Amino acid sequence: MNGLRNRLIRTADATAPLLFTVALFVIWEVVCRVFKVDPFILPAPSRIVEAMIRYWQPLLRHSFVTLWTTMVGFGLAVVFGVALGLVVGWSRTIYRSLYPVMIGFNTIPKVAVVPILVIWFGIGEVPAIITAFLISFFPIVVNVATGLATMEPELEDVLRALGARKLDIMLKVGIPRTLPYLYGSLKVAITLAFVGTVVSETIAANAGLGYLMVQAGSNFQMSLVFAGLIALAIEGIAMYAVFAYVERKSTRWAFRSSMSAGA
Amino acid sequence: MTPFVNIYRVTLTYRGSPGSAGVLALQDNSLQVERGEFAAVVGPSGCGKSTLMKLVTGLVRPDAGRIAVDGKEVAGPVKIVGMAFQNPNMLPWRTVLDNVMLPLEIVQPHRSRLRKEKKAYREKAEALLATVGLAGFGDRYPWQLSGGMQQRVSLCRALIHEPELLMLDEPFGALDAFTREELWCVLRDLWHKLGFTVILVTHDLREATFLADTVHVMSARPGRIVESRRIDLPRPRDIAVTYEPAFTGIVHDLRGKIAEVRQQA
Ligand SMILES: Nc1ncnc2c1ncn2[C@@H]1O[C@H](COP(=O)(O)OP(=O)(O)O)[C@@H](O)[C@H]1O
Ligand SMILES: [Mg+2]
Repeated sequence: MNGLRNRLIRTADATAPLLFTVALFVIWEVVCRVFKVDPFILPAPSRIVEAMIRYWQPLLRHSFVTLWTTMVGFGLAVVFGVALGLVVGWSRTIYRSLYPVMIGFNTIPKVAVVPILVIWFGIGEVPAIITAFLISFFPIVVNVATGLATMEPELEDVLRALGARKLDIMLKVGIPRTLPYLYGSLKVAITLAFVGTVVSETIAANAGLGYLMVQAGSNFQMSLVFAGLIALAIEGIAMYAVFAYVERKSTRWAFRSSMSAGA
Repeated sequence: MTPFVNIYRVTLTYRGSPGSAGVLALQDNSLQVERGEFAAVVGPSGCGKSTLMKLVTGLVRPDAGRIAVDGKEVAGPVKIVGMAFQNPNMLPWRTVLDNVMLPLEIVQPHRSRLRKEKKAYREKAEALLATVGLAGFGDRYPWQLSGGMQQRVSLCRALIHEPELLMLDEPFGALDAFTREELWCVLRDLWHKLGFTVILVTHDLREATFLADTVHVMSARPGRIVESRRIDLPRPRDIAVTYEPAFTGIVHDLRGKIAEVRQQA
């Protein structure tokens, strides 16, 4: 009896986001039709789908450009972010002195540097990659460093009293306990990286979804603009889902232990 | 014969930020513990009990005075100790057994033997878990265990490398009264069986009296041992002893002493 109820609740949990999304599109369609909304202002989903089918080739091509530039920028952010995070988190003194500086850097709107990047690197993929890198780099650094620096001092004492070197402590305790922080930050960083790429593409590119949307907008092809937006949403959600999945799989203990601590 | 642990006229100041005076945690503090003895240290909060533990294990160096363990001056981490704290400090990504075996991955000669003799070491860890009533729990994860069980695992982790000295800093402070008394008995049995030396820091006078051979009372900061009381209750002691007049008398005396040193602060 109880098992059945639990199973029903779990199925409902899993399907709710999907139902909600479908409902949103249905309402959108209905509103557009009933109030006869001008398609130059807000095209109905049916028109967007139409545009997606008609322009599937350019959509796919530009989506691919956005995807790979985002992934390159994000990949660089992971490599350098983890490296810098390890350095900063290695000692509490470094962490304490650098943390405010990092937060400060993080508050600078990265979008503002795009014009500078264009002057340096010209129009194209490079500014997009660098913007994606800059915007997703800091959350990774901050999370890795925080994971290391917030290690329980007593646990460190236990190991140090046994004669453990700093490297032992980092390998046995620091790095494993930092993984949930890292995976958590990857989820956030990948979505931020998309933002960076697209913003850069709208300003200085000749390919990519940002570029496509600006072009379509200046040609008054509103349904294509929205088609680009949907393509972007699909990419963003898919990447988020990938990293959320990786997080769940690889650091299940963190979810479990926090759940039991909360209970 | 020299005592196993000899803390002789030790002074320690924690230096704060440059310019500020710093905290004088211990002043002219002396404490001796014989080999195989069960010593307890009680005292008001913030009097430097945890600092004393760090000094004995070589995590902190004294400003003045000398500390020797097993006849050797403490000049760095002392590998013949095991430690446990109020927080069990389990690694949640490791199973119970792997948590217990953590010190073996650090301390020589186990560190270099561990890979080759994995099976023998696992059996040893499982046997140790069995002695604290956790037979068959090796494959569980810490979050599947209650607080009292986690503290038992923490004791096993402190003992797996067969240390000669066990340092316990308020290990049962976070447990409920029944679980705490259960764990007193677990610790008592381990001590009888393995024969290590113990220094137990606690704020529970009944706990100190029940377990220890000698109870040392510390003054408020700067901490100094102001009284050492031998507990001559016969062994092995059973929980029932805690209701006997001789026992409650000792606890009363100690309580009076603590009240005295707190007044002076
Ligand atoms: N790392 C530290 N830096 C500065 N002061 C400290 C440090 N550790 C402890 N103290 C201070 O030293 C005193 C003794 O601390 P502690 O040994 O932890 O006391 P207890 O364990 O008896 O409660 C306290 O006043 C505490 O604030
Ligand atoms: Mg303390």
